[in-house]
Amino acid sequence: MKRFFARVLNARQLDNFLPIVAALAAFVIGAGMLLLMGTNPLTAYRAMFSGAFGNQNALAETIVKAVPLLLIGLGICISFRAKVMNIGAEGQMIVGGLISVAFGLAVDWPGWLALPLGLLIGFLGGAAWGAIPGILKAYFNVNEILSTVMMNAIAVQLMNYLLGGPLMDPQQAQALGKLPETARLNEAYHLARLLPPTRLHAGVLIALALSFVVYVLLFHTTLGYRIRAVGFNPFASRYGGIRVPQQVVIALLLSGAFAGLAGAIQIYGLNYRMITDGSPTGFTGGAGFNGIVTALFGGLHPLGAIPASFFFGALLVGANAMQRVTQVPSSFVTVLNGMVVIFVVSAAIWKELRERQRRMAFATETSRLAELASVSETPPQG
Amino acid sequence: MSQSQATLPLRQKIEHLEMRGITKIFPGVVANDRVDFDVREGEVHALLGENGAGKSTLMKILYGLYEPNEGEIRINGQPVRIRSPKDAIALGIGMIHQHFMLVDTLTVAENIALGLPSSRRFITDLDVVARRTLELAETYGLHVDPEAYIWQLAVGQRQRVEILKALYRGADLFILDEPTAVLTPQEVDEFMGTMRQMTRERHSIIFITHKLHEVIATCDRVTVLRNGRRVASRPVDGCTKLDLARLMVGHDIVLPKITSAPKQGEVRLQLQEVHALSERGTLALRGVNLQVRAGEIVGVAGVSGNGQSELAEVITGLRRVTQGKIFVNGQETTGKPPADLLQLGMAYIPEERMRDGIISDFTVSENVILRNHNHAPYARRGFLLHRIIAEITDRLIRLFDIRTPSRLTPAGNLSGGNIQKVVLARELSRTPKVLIAAQPTRGVDIGAIEFIHKNLLDQREAGAAILLISEDLDEVLSLSDRVAVMYEGRIMDILDAKDAERGKIGLLMAGVRPE
Repeated sequence: MKRFFARVLNARQLDNFLPIVAALAAFVIGAGMLLLMGTNPLTAYRAMFSGAFGNQNALAETIVKAVPLLLIGLGICISFRAKVMNIGAEGQMIVGGLISVAFGLAVDWPGWLALPLGLLIGFLGGAAWGAIPGILKAYFNVNEILSTVMMNAIAVQLMNYLLGGPLMDPQQAQALGKLPETARLNEAYHLARLLPPTRLHAGVLIALALSFVVYVLLFHTTLGYRIRAVGFNPFASRYGGIRVPQQVVIALLLSGAFAGLAGAIQIYGLNYRMITDGSPTGFTGGAGFNGIVTALFGGLHPLGAIPASFFFGALLVGANAMQRVTQVPSSFVTVLNGMVVIFVVSAAIWKELRERQRRMAFATETSRLAELASVSETPPQG
Repeated sequence: MSQSQATLPLRQKIEHLEMRGITKIFPGVVANDRVDFDVREGEVHALLGENGAGKSTLMKILYGLYEPNEGEIRINGQPVRIRSPKDAIALGIGMIHQHFMLVDTLTVAENIALGLPSSRRFITDLDVVARRTLELAETYGLHVDPEAYIWQLAVGQRQRVEILKALYRGADLFILDEPTAVLTPQEVDEFMGTMRQMTRERHSIIFITHKLHEVIATCDRVTVLRNGRRVASRPVDGCTKLDLARLMVGHDIVLPKITSAPKQGEVRLQLQEVHALSERGTLALRGVNLQVRAGEIVGVAGVSGNGQSELAEVITGLRRVTQGKIFVNGQETTGKPPADLLQLGMAYIPEERMRDGIISDFTVSENVILRNHNHAPYARRGFLLHRIIAEITDRLIRLFDIRTPSRLTPAGNLSGGNIQKVVLARELSRTPKVLIAAQPTRGVDIGAIEFIHKNLLDQREAGAAILLISEDLDEVLSLSDRVAVMYEGRIMDILDAKDAERGKIGLLMAGVRPE
């Protein structure tokens, strides 16, 4: 039995399933917690499953939730590949949303012009918000984890101020119970709904197309090559003629841009206005953090981020359904999500350790292989 | 040996260790094929072979890192099973890895105590450890301050800490994995002294190396491995370097030398009063003046740490020049980044090849394009041309005899010599105008040394201006047209090859100007 476990644990194939195994493990522990709370885990998980996939509307909602996760995950793929830890997608998404909604409310142009421009402006707004910590890191050696988190706090305050003040819906401004939200965008600016009456919108097509764009960017362009090179080994990159600080800025800037676009799409595709509940994640729904997990779950590969975002979208939607059906406290849903995140991230770290160990063991073997391959070239020994 | 030993199980001293018929099979490869090996008390037994010959595998088996498919290990005639390094240590086997296993931010004593139970249960006994460490250091001539932090120590001192660590754990038998690869010539001499002291104290040593002269100088017996098999095992007495080289490689090796007179062309590289700081902020270069012409090799000799590394970095744009000027092809390049120097035809074989030379997570082909990835023929309009990259890489793999399973293998998986060939392929395929080669053969096997030397000479014939920085005096003497000797950040003197005799250079290296 011990041998069997050892073999399973050492199998190389396990690496590919590790995130899935980790997620399952979280569910198993979650089941134990449900039992302790006196809820049948099977009922709860069944509710969760059907809430995420049970009918057309459930599936559409899952995909709608997946869109910002995928977009942010794509950005995270870029920055993490450069070993730039962008924890600031929340703030970048907020700023992208703010600037794009301000634009959409300010102009009165035809939809074919205003919609793409609005999305582009969100993209650029996120890029600018990401570029700031990028520049601080590249040229002043400021830790990007700290600076991006602080930029999040600034963005949240900026949002709370703007949505409660200058950008507030004029109707709201006159009402008694003031809600922090903007006016509704012009009908002509809305992204198409793909499957009415569900809320599935064309943003999913944009996100999917961008997954391929990021894949090409990372693996088929010189810029992607430089970003990956800098992430793996900044010393050799510098010697290779790559301007390392520049790549750091670009990586954070692009990462922020995708988060900014996610914010704009949330507005132009889903809510048609910017709305928050006053909490820091009121607008983003935590997508800026969940997007990081999505990217890690997808192995920091832009195509891997597609199924990963779908999985986390399902988790979020399904958890809400579970809560409705089984009356488990809403905090359990948060705990379950948290556990999935911790397990998945731990699995990613474990996977890296395994790879490193394997490489050390493998190095001898590989050089031997090569040596054998060249035996025929060695002249016969006397 | 008092307190520290009390925790170890009672055991016999290793008087004779045998490995019999060891076979280790990795998927598709036989790494060790029925290898016999033995070592006796008080003996230094060299394990010689090219990279990939199976030396490391055999020693990893002995140290419990791998389990053999066949064969047995006996200590004093008794069969033993070694399933982990813990077993090996308990039996009295210690291994000093090439890459040290020390915690930089802890002191010497703390590193030695790491993982050992304290003699005072819950309270650390670092003072006891420090005292005992000093005793051991005294006995074996391994002078090091137990209170010093590892990061403060030079490479040679760190190695002493590793040896002390194993001694402290009561090792009888030491496996030393290429211990001299990281040492300066002076440190090597000291290290040889330590080894002699250890054998005098009846310790046994297995010395893994591919440096022939060290085998001749220090070892009692030698076992040669080739392609996973034992090809010879004999006393070192009466062996010549040539015999050993032949056994190791399977055919004769003659290291190439310069024969033709230099076809000296125009000055390609010129340094005027160049000053620069070291990593620690001290003045590493104090006014270097140097010229290298097309078609000549200028060798830079010197004791390590006299500014050679900084010299290479300053020329290649990796380190800031604080004062003075550098010209490449007649153009001033002081303060220019590496990217600009690349455009002027500068090639560089860096000293720290794992750090500066390659990106070990990148494939061989991704490493081949590192310096030119943004230019034809590898890229067009910002897109990588994977098909052309593959073709060129495959050609370079053949041309430079890079032994790799494929161009898509991560470069970090290759052996040291082959990693250096990847660097060489990348730098030399660009037909450089100026080539800076820093320690180009450090830590690579003799087959690769021959290959690298030949390539340097070919580049000289092709008209490159070459600056060869090396701590291996033989290498400098056999390849250089002129020899510059560095001492404390200055060039003491530049000698023509015909006047460059060892004694004279030795004095200059020590900072003494002969009358």
